[in-house]
Amino acid sequence: MSEPREPLGAYVRSIGVLGPGLADWPSAAAVLAGQRPYVPATTAVPPPAALPPAERRRTGETVRLALAAGLEAVTRAGADAQRLATVFASSGGDGAICDEICSTLASAHRQISPTRFHNSVHNAASGYWSIALRAAAPSTSLCAYDGSFAAGLLEALSQTAVSGEAVLLIAYETAYPEPLHAKRPLAGAFAVALLLEPRPAEGVCVRLEATLVKEAPDTLGQGGLEALRAGVPAARSLPLLKLISRRDTGRVVLDYLTDLRLAVTVIRCP
Amino acid sequence: MRPLALSQFTATSAIGRGLEQTLGALAAQRGGLAPCAFETAALESCLGQVPGIDAVRLPGPLARYDCRNHRLALLALGEDGFAAAVQRCAARRGPERIGVVLGTSTSGMLETELAYRRRGPDGALPEAFDYAATHNPYALADFVRRVLGLEGPAAVISTACSSSAKTFGAAARMMASGLIDAAVVGGVDSLCLTTLYGFHALQLLARGPCRPFDVAREGISIGEAAAFALLEPLPDDAEPGTIALTGVGESSDAYHMSSPHPEGLGARAAMRQALSAAAVQPAAIDYINLHGTGTPSNDSTEAHAVAALFGRSVPASSTKGATGHTLGAAGALEAVICALALRHGLMPGGLNTTAVDPDLPLAYLTHNRPAALTRVLTNSFGFGGSNCALVLERRGPDSPHE
Repeated sequence: MSEPREPLGAYVRSIGVLGPGLADWPSAAAVLAGQRPYVPATTAVPPPAALPPAERRRTGETVRLALAAGLEAVTRAGADAQRLATVFASSGGDGAICDEICSTLASAHRQISPTRFHNSVHNAASGYWSIALRAAAPSTSLCAYDGSFAAGLLEALSQTAVSGEAVLLIAYETAYPEPLHAKRPLAGAFAVALLLEPRPAEGVCVRLEATLVKEAPDTLGQGGLEALRAGVPAARSLPLLKLISRRDTGRVVLDYLTDLRLAVTVIRCP
Repeated sequence: MRPLALSQFTATSAIGRGLEQTLGALAAQRGGLAPCAFETAALESCLGQVPGIDAVRLPGPLARYDCRNHRLALLALGEDGFAAAVQRCAARRGPERIGVVLGTSTSGMLETELAYRRRGPDGALPEAFDYAATHNPYALADFVRRVLGLEGPAAVISTACSSSAKTFGAAARMMASGLIDAAVVGGVDSLCLTTLYGFHALQLLARGPCRPFDVAREGISIGEAAAFALLEPLPDDAEPGTIALTGVGESSDAYHMSSPHPEGLGARAAMRQALSAAAVQPAAIDYINLHGTGTPSNDSTEAHAVAALFGRSVPASSTKGATGHTLGAAGALEAVICALALRHGLMPGGLNTTAVDPDLPLAYLTHNRPAALTRVLTNSFGFGGSNCALVLERRGPDSPHE
């Protein structure tokens, strides 16, 4: 009964990436485009310089990772972060905090740290982002397990389509410590940020169009990048980033739900 | 925004299972808070616990999803013909055209807490612990989508205590952008030790039943709830009495992780946006269901934010004195309470509040007031400075379509 509609789409104004052996978007793009070999290394997450020292000390690796990727995208675009709506997508919150809280609750004293408690919320990264950037615009934080990147992209695309405003999508994930790691083995820390605009920005013209499909998701063949894609929900974005890095047009199918995938077409303006 | 019909809705909380019991409790000003007797929690506090959750059994094929949160979800889905209405909608529109967007703050966290107590000598969690089906926030949407047999897009929004209010906005956007034709929205949050001991650590738990906006308020009472709504496009010939979502407003405080902005700037922005989306002036709002948690600073901030926008004459109350603060489910629960208020012409008085704080510039209701209501607003604010306001409307014979 659904009539054909205009596909859900937006323009990518800038990108931020931080992952194992991927220091930023230009170096990730060089690796994804095949210009440089992929050399995995532990993700180096910088402390968030934008936060006041007291707040900075309270942040863990997960929040810092999300903020770093988001800041790269905003800085590259020269965008005004204060007015930018944000979508944070992540499968889990901060695993270290979860482990600490559950260990404490299993102990006799049960004295949880109040700071750890408020940092345990799924929207902690969103909260610290808004404080750091004085960003009072709407912000959401969502989860779709391994499909969290695609869920975030859908939310960001429908936001730009409806509001007519830019939206910053930040998908991020850090690994859990044991014993949670054995139950949810994530391969490492990875974050990607896409600044999406409803209209083409000057000098940048990469348009994404998304549709829901049932096909199997694209992989990156074999090797380190595929291990990263399969091992971290936020890195399920890599096939899309690879297509963008090759300055090409084309279509990729991204992991989403067990029975539903997201096909994304990348279009370059003439 | 284009108004959407809440074509079916239901809620289960400490004051009742389903709409009839919920309305009955509201009409009788009967609360559901009782001294804490949950699991092994040893806290001087009151809880809004839902009776009967332990007896709920999940259907065999969904056994791996078994946890308190999903038992509560299943209990609520069975009320008011909700699941059946969604299935009829799916048969009509196609199961792939219906989204599932739900809110939770702690999902099946209690399972993880219990699993940590049963760690082996090597520190490993027990074999039976299923992270994906219980602990992960998405487990809730995954479970509900399977129970209802839906095949459309799905996600869980987890923004602490604004989570389930925000599901109405996300689903409305997905519908406006053509991705889906209808959506199941709402939220489920169930009691667990993380929130009980966490709010205790923040010194935000009241010893007795919470008393929102009382001069002697001292904190929150935690509750649990499940509330769902089926959102569909509002037909041109919507029956009078149909409840519609006409406005959603969202904002960030950009101030502090666990304290609201002292002047309520973020709260004000969310309410202003919701009014603007609904294309109405503040004077068009007949009743405000406040976030009203009962902590000294939250209530003060909200009262000043409401007064700045509405003046001090709009009748307002918090229903958390009855239900407790149901955290990630609060937004949806209070949206359903607002729908009942609109449908039955009842502004529910806030329970447990005996002396309204004279410093708070609000027309706070401590007793039920009958009134024909056309349009109401409900607030939800969460940690991380996440704010959301919804405008709901009772459609009359002459209501404009857009």
